[in-house]
Amino acid sequence: MTSSSLRVADLHVSFGTLEVLRGVDLLVPRGSTTCVIGPSGSGKSTMLRAINQLERPARGDVLLDDVSVIGANPDQLRRRIGMVFQHFNLFAHRSVLDNLVLPLRSVLRLSKEEARERALRYLGDVGLAEKAPYRPSALSGGQRQRVAIARALAMEPEVMLFDEATSALDPELVKGVLGLMTELSASGMTMVVVTHEMGFARSVADQVAFMDHGRVVEVGGPAEVFGAPTSPRLRRFLDQVL
Amino acid sequence: MSDLLDTFLNWDYIAEVLPDLLTTGLVNTLVLAGFSAVLGTVLGLGLALLGLSHRRWLRWPARVYTDIFRGLPAIVTILLVGQGLAVVARPLFGTNPYPLGILALSLIASAYIGEIFRAGIQSVDKGQSEAARALGMTHTATMARVVVPQGIRRVLPALVNQFISLVKDSSLVYFLGLLASQRELFRIGQDLAANTGNLSPLVAAGLVYLAITVPLTHLVNFVDRRLRDGRPVRGGDTLDELEPARG
Repeated sequence: MTSSSLRVADLHVSFGTLEVLRGVDLLVPRGSTTCVIGPSGSGKSTMLRAINQLERPARGDVLLDDVSVIGANPDQLRRRIGMVFQHFNLFAHRSVLDNLVLPLRSVLRLSKEEARERALRYLGDVGLAEKAPYRPSALSGGQRQRVAIARALAMEPEVMLFDEATSALDPELVKGVLGLMTELSASGMTMVVVTHEMGFARSVADQVAFMDHGRVVEVGGPAEVFGAPTSPRLRRFLDQVL
Repeated sequence: MSDLLDTFLNWDYIAEVLPDLLTTGLVNTLVLAGFSAVLGTVLGLGLALLGLSHRRWLRWPARVYTDIFRGLPAIVTILLVGQGLAVVARPLFGTNPYPLGILALSLIASAYIGEIFRAGIQSVDKGQSEAARALGMTHTATMARVVVPQGIRRVLPALVNQFISLVKDSSLVYFLGLLASQRELFRIGQDLAANTGNLSPLVAAGLVYLAITVPLTHLVNFVDRRLRDGRPVRGGDTLDELEPARG
């Protein structure tokens, strides 16, 4: 795995007159996992979407391994950054296998055989190779999210972004997906995880960033952030969620 | 009562008209409707994509086109195109009214089909295209491989309805003037009805129309049910090689 460091510098995003990101700074060292927590509307998801340019930043910079990618062709950039969505977003009209094969063929231009072989390998890694011929609709939510993770990983990205990857899952299915994310974190992938799972953030994250009103308000190791929060806003937030 | 029955169901006239209906009329009707369906679908997809463009100068012509061809009576379009362009078309197609008839039917159908496709494409969840883009797929690949195929599947029932309309509207080509061998179902029925003063040949033509359109209607219902069940209409996407997709 060739993971990269990720740096976000003074990132601004506005929707019309609404400033959603108001100067986000964040450094995610290579091979580490940063969990982003914060109240809804604080800009967590928008930050992820601005990193891979699903939202166009008004100002600021994004750097992969200290090289600015803000001016890069979005299609090229997105090959290097994998993203997992809250609602999986598997291609409903394609089989599980084809969900992985399609981008491998379309973006990486792999041959049919190469794409198939790689897709099955990554499906195997998430324990779902036997589901390859099924439609996504035949899978449970947890299985679908694992397929979505496999689909992103099969592109062999340098950074993985998780946008509330377990928020849409039934409680009993959350564990399997978090387990997979824990394994991935341990394997040295650079990860940014927007999550409401405080237990996951506490036990898996190398760094926890607290966002509020479009800024990273506090950042540190999980022990510091959860054990000794300095800002009143973070203290209030933790009082509400813990 | 027997007079009435004779007017509509005179078996001698029906037997007389039936061979022509089946060997000439049915074939010609299917040729008119079939070619128009293909051309109308291609034009309609183009219109839908134009109509969904972010660029106003692409959207606007599609809008005007749709308004015009959806707003005119079919017979007006058929006469304007079929007779108006006849001079231009003569060096290409001779005096055969079919090419222009098919063109006129296609123009009309594409206006409706374009709107059907546009609605279908717009109904595809935004997350589908976002996921494709996030994987690095280009806008064109995202539309071609992810969004449009799902949009089309969803509107298949409406599309089949449009094909049914085409089968019926193909009878209007009659107004362009047809040689004996060019007559479609309606014209064959109508000719004998006029000659005999009896409506039975027209009833026979109607029955042949129904033999085409009623199964199509049931196909719509069948497709609609399958789509609602979430099951694939057919098992195989081209890449499903392990075994047919289930689910």
